[in-house]
Amino acid sequence: MRQSNLYVILFSAILTIVLGGLLAATSVGLGPIQAKSVELDTKGQILAAVMEVPEGADVLALYDKVIKSEVLNYKGETVTTDADGNKVVAEKVEIGKQFKKPAEDRLYPIFKFYGEEATDEIKSYILPVYGNGLWDNIWGYIALNTKGTEIEGAVFAHAGETPGLGARITSEEVQSRFAGKELYNEQGEFVSVEMLKGENNPPSKLDEHHVDGMSGATLTGNGVTDMLRNYFKYYQPYFNKKEGATAAL
Amino acid sequence: MSTETVEKKEVKESESLLSKRRKNLVKDPLSDDNPITIQVLGICSALAVTTQMKPTMVMSIAVIFVIVFSNLTISLMRKLVPGRVRIIVQLAVIATLVTLVNEVLKAFAFDMYKELSVFVGLIITNCIVMGRLEAFAMGNKPYDSVLDGLGSGLGYAWIILAVAFFRELFGSGAIFGFKVFEAIGFTADGWIGLDYQANGLMVTPVGAFFILGLIIWVQRNKTGYVEH
Repeated sequence: MRQSNLYVILFSAILTIVLGGLLAATSVGLGPIQAKSVELDTKGQILAAVMEVPEGADVLALYDKVIKSEVLNYKGETVTTDADGNKVVAEKVEIGKQFKKPAEDRLYPIFKFYGEEATDEIKSYILPVYGNGLWDNIWGYIALNTKGTEIEGAVFAHAGETPGLGARITSEEVQSRFAGKELYNEQGEFVSVEMLKGENNPPSKLDEHHVDGMSGATLTGNGVTDMLRNYFKYYQPYFNKKEGATAAL
Repeated sequence: MSTETVEKKEVKESESLLSKRRKNLVKDPLSDDNPITIQVLGICSALAVTTQMKPTMVMSIAVIFVIVFSNLTISLMRKLVPGRVRIIVQLAVIATLVTLVNEVLKAFAFDMYKELSVFVGLIITNCIVMGRLEAFAMGNKPYDSVLDGLGSGLGYAWIILAVAFFRELFGSGAIFGFKVFEAIGFTADGWIGLDYQANGLMVTPVGAFFILGLIIWVQRNKTGYVEH
């Protein structure tokens, strides 16, 4: 009986239904909590680029207080609907998915930071960045000054860089090296920021366009350099337009 | 004849909840029959997750959970499982439990989920879990199977925690993220006057091989175990 084909098929079918049902129930049941975790994680990272988030702070409330966001297209124009006519929300735009499209078709969220006291004045702009590390994708959030010319803060994350080597881009110590770096030289030409090879480079090499590298993780560092250069370029039209508007006034 | 069988049954049922035999179910895998160092199972994850203590801890808990509950489930339905498809049934149960762990981590410990999700998925292929189901749970009662799973899980956990301890200590100079060497004065302006130089070998899987080898050496030296 236990070995008959019918029994085997019935047993497998029932097992599949029971286990499948269990998993489906868990997934549906935990769905809202998971979505909240993802939201918390994203907003926490955005905030970390511009300010020190106090331990145990209500990240979501803080975020709503100090950040306003919009979505741009490749030309730097504000868009409110995507290609299919759906409404877009900057926080919901998945940078990883956008990254797979050609640069001209992507959506570019931008986050405006109004200062920890939430004044009327924009204190800095935060851009999401996305690129390729050594083993897998890397991404992060870069805070720029209001002119879009100087880095004020950076956070990075990664999917699969080597722990202790490339994975160090997530450490505060490495991220802090980017603060104060300039995107344009004195002639106003775009030069971006480069992460150097090797660590503890002499100060002569570490000017306003060069960041000390990570020993043993040059390729991850190159990934960061490329990612930053690309995304600074993508957002250039937006800052240029703003500059033009203020000049016209 | 019939009275004999009845007698035997009664003896078995009156076996205390923590009899010597049952204690050994938990105790043996800790050292004499350790899944990693003696049976050499589950090496892959022992290398992959052990660069730091914290993720290793979460991984240990996840494996213990999966191994205990899959042992229990399979043992409960051991008389119903058709022999010809038993392996795939075991796999289905393990995969379901692992997915549950992953979903729970995603909901309640998102940082850990980001770090571990790849490895948690790989518990499915961890030979220790499968090995216990096939070798023990298919032929033993639920309570014994739970104890057996707990023993194997703990045996796995203490080895990977030991490996992670040394790898994090020498690879990052820290324990659970606490910078040990800095705290005892290994800094440029401390009394030693030198920064602790992290050992890069320890953060690569090769470092785990060395430590695992050393643990096996010490253990076999103590227990006198030899491969036949």
